Amino acid sequence: MGRQTPLYQLHRELGARIVDFGGWDMPVQYSSQIGEHHAVRRAAGVFDVSHMCVVDLKGARVRPFLRLLLANDVEKLVRPGKALYSCMLNDSGGVLDDLIVYYLADSWFRVVVNAGTRDKDLAWIRQHAREFDIGVLERTDFAMLAVQGPEARAKVAKLLSRVGAATALELDTFVGREIDGWFIARTGYTGEDGFEVMLPAADAERVWRELNALGVASCGLGARDTLRLEAGMNLYGNDMDESTHPFESGLAWTVAMDAAGTARERTFIGRKALEVIKAQGSARKLVGLLLEDRGVLRSHQQVVAPGIGTGEITSGTFSPTLERSIALARVPTGTGQQVQVDIRGKLLNARVVKPPFVRFGQALVAAGPGGTATTNPTKHGDRT
Amino acid sequence: MSKVPADLKYTKTHEWLRTLPDGTIEVGITDHAQHALGDLVFVEVPEAGRAVKAGEPCAVVESVKAASDVYSPVTGEVTAGNPKLASEPEVVNTDAYGGGWLMRVRPVAGGPAAELLTAAEYEKLQHEEGD
Repeated sequence: MGRQTPLYQLHRELGARIVDFGGWDMPVQYSSQIGEHHAVRRAAGVFDVSHMCVVDLKGARVRPFLRLLLANDVEKLVRPGKALYSCMLNDSGGVLDDLIVYYLADSWFRVVVNAGTRDKDLAWIRQHAREFDIGVLERTDFAMLAVQGPEARAKVAKLLSRVGAATALELDTFVGREIDGWFIARTGYTGEDGFEVMLPAADAERVWRELNALGVASCGLGARDTLRLEAGMNLYGNDMDESTHPFESGLAWTVAMDAAGTARERTFIGRKALEVIKAQGSARKLVGLLLEDRGVLRSHQQVVAPGIGTGEITSGTFSPTLERSIALARVPTGTGQQVQVDIRGKLLNARVVKPPFVRFGQALVAAGPGGTATTNPTKHGDRT
Repeated sequence: MSKVPADLKYTKTHEWLRTLPDGTIEVGITDHAQHALGDLVFVEVPEAGRAVKAGEPCAVVESVKAASDVYSPVTGEVTAGNPKLASEPEVVNTDAYGGGWLMRVRPVAGGPAAELLTAAEYEKLQHEEGD
């Protein structure tokens, strides 16, 4: 038996199927994974993400500490509450984890890291925090709910005081603040609008039931995975890990080689390795795939780029919105628009597309048979 | 608890068998199996004429989460794969013992077959596996 969140008993009561996820007993689905997926694209759904690890970092030198620790530059965070998506790299430029960091006050930042990498991340953070005299405090007192979908913010607002609701509804994307005793942020992992809410563990079950009563669907990790993949968002451990660097993981946009707003170089862990890679040019890239033949793309299937070489699918699934299979794949840099994927010994045709596949309920790639997949100009949503 | 019709035979790997009037055997996956897999999004059935062997993979059912093999319970020749499942794989979820059949096989007389269970035995197996 794994670790359990404050909502575990409620998940059981609601009929969830429980699976192990990074050492946690988590709900993978309640009734229908596809139904939960559509609930988020069309209305609102709530996910238990209390397994994620929230860490408060406090100290007078917390900003210079994070500038060293993270590949994105926290100097971009000017207004309190603003969040930044970043990789945390090792010395070889490999991705230790991806995380969100919030600037709360001049001596107080908050990071949210993945559940499966918790121990390694905390050890790494503490090791480097020492010389900056930073307090590292894991917030195990919180539960965390992700309420996502076009109606999500309005539903959460109904649970708040009048002033709290107004404040929450005014939050810009990628900004969080404390409201009515909760930390509410306009962030997510689905490609839809919504909030991620950190709240006292004792409140979690009541709030979940109130959201259900307002028509917000209980959603499991299964739907969370199809939603994030449609949104073109990476999953740590699938799409990148310590053996891969950001440039071959679709994450170059999160690496700040120069200081924010300047052309001045800056120092961060992993930078030297990335410089070498950048000078040579990355041999591989992460792309989106849309399967043109019938079947389902899955991680570890081989991708064949005719005349170029081979690659591998890092995440694959059936897209409930497109009713097609989609994937992220790491392929040779020279790969063109058309590839083949080896599914049980058969080579099936797939088209290379630029993620995201779906954003705010809208398909961004043409999925029809023989259709031309369009190239989308937007970058990975709001995760900048 | 999943449905287990009394008039069918079952395998330990969660297939069901129905003997049709012409002697061919219709094969599908059980209600328990479709429930465990979740929403099916792709089903690959064998083509007519293909030789199948008892205990060997003959079809693939894929849910959003994962792909699973379906094992032929008998040795013989496929007379039909269910053509409807190419466009409507979800029928296996909604009608596992009817419209969701996967293939029909003409068994080789006296050929090897997988160990078959009665409905009561299959219910017991489900119970042991923690349905």
